[in-house]
Amino acid sequence: MSITSYNGSALIAMVGKNCFAIASDRRLGVNFQTIACDFQRIFKIHDKLYIGLSGLATDVQTMHQRLQFRHKLYQLREERNMRPETFASLVSAILYEKRFGPYFCEPIIAGLNDDGTPFICTTDLIGAKQLAKDFVVSGTASESLYGACESMYKPDLGPDELFEVISQALLASVDRDCISGWGGIVHVVTPDQVITKTLKGRMD
Amino acid sequence: MECIFGLVGDGFALVVTDTSQVQSIVVQKTNEDKIMILDSHKLLGVTGESGDRVQFSEYIQKNILLYQYRNGIPLSTSAAANFTRGELATALRKNPYEVNMMIAGWDKDQGPSLYYLDYISTLHKVEKGGMGYGAYFLLSLMDRYYEKNMSLEKALELVDMCIEEVRSRLVVSPPNFIIKIVDKDGARELAWRRTVEDKQGPPSAAAPIASPMAEDVSV
Repeated sequence: MSITSYNGSALIAMVGKNCFAIASDRRLGVNFQTIACDFQRIFKIHDKLYIGLSGLATDVQTMHQRLQFRHKLYQLREERNMRPETFASLVSAILYEKRFGPYFCEPIIAGLNDDGTPFICTTDLIGAKQLAKDFVVSGTASESLYGACESMYKPDLGPDELFEVISQALLASVDRDCISGWGGIVHVVTPDQVITKTLKGRMD
Repeated sequence: MECIFGLVGDGFALVVTDTSQVQSIVVQKTNEDKIMILDSHKLLGVTGESGDRVQFSEYIQKNILLYQYRNGIPLSTSAAANFTRGELATALRKNPYEVNMMIAGWDKDQGPSLYYLDYISTLHKVEKGGMGYGAYFLLSLMDRYYEKNMSLEKALELVDMCIEEVRSRLVVSPPNFIIKIVDKDGARELAWRRTVEDKQGPPSAAAPIASPMAEDVSV
């Protein structure tokens, strides 16, 4: 078994009309043993920028700490928040720094620009950026997530519909993956508010 | 094989470990205390490579005390857990310590808390948890019988059930266990659960066993 599937994860982000949603499962396991069902993989960088980190839990925590540190330094020096595109480049650079001994996590970056246009992007574990206009997925459930997103996604959805689509896609996908699931969390970000909801799903 | 677990109850947290020191197939001693008292209200239960265990837990304990002397205030349990994770994670990609930990503590504002920290530095706050082969039995047992805010009496009953299960179901089960508690009155040893005692001194020092031959002669 690969080290990226040691803890198990499912991660997804979708673009709507002037909004985006990012969602993940909440399981923390060690192979097939479940340790907890309230693990955090999605982190807020600032009000309109979120990052989700799939893969090895320890590197998720290390990466989050390093990124938060770098963003705080940026805020102090520039007296403004990072643009999502800039942040994606930062993530990519931090990952590529460890080219020959990588952090075993694949991030999803989702944010809103100042003009309200959404931005989503993913990278592999050594920082190769992949931009998308519709949705991005990551984690051990990524194959089934692709299928679910491919059939459920529609462009230009409003926040409420987007929440419904992303939740259904997540819940449908994690049922076909043994090592992810056990509840989910969804953030829907619009220019003036963030809606965060936890999903129950199949708890077995 | 090594076994560590812990749980949070009403105003207290418990950490339990086995007390066997094993080298290859030989049990060297059965009264090794693997739960370090970090400061007045913190417990650090550690299993894993025994050299790493001693080195790492002493390093953490000394640094937490150093912080206390320098700043005049103790670290909170979550701060201590995050510090420990940081040190373990830095070491992970240099010269890793092979240690698994349960960190328990009691804070004035937070009450009792328990943290799961494994050898690759995955830190997570839990209400109940276990590591090692024992965890295969303990986790399901605790899922069934653990309750939020359980009394010390009930928690100890559950701990005894867990120990019983490990002893009866695990081929490589350790004989002795130590239970430590942390609550508002501080961190301290609570109880031992023993099935064997370490022999004191060499076998020759023990009372000679009367041989059946000798008995025959005397008759």
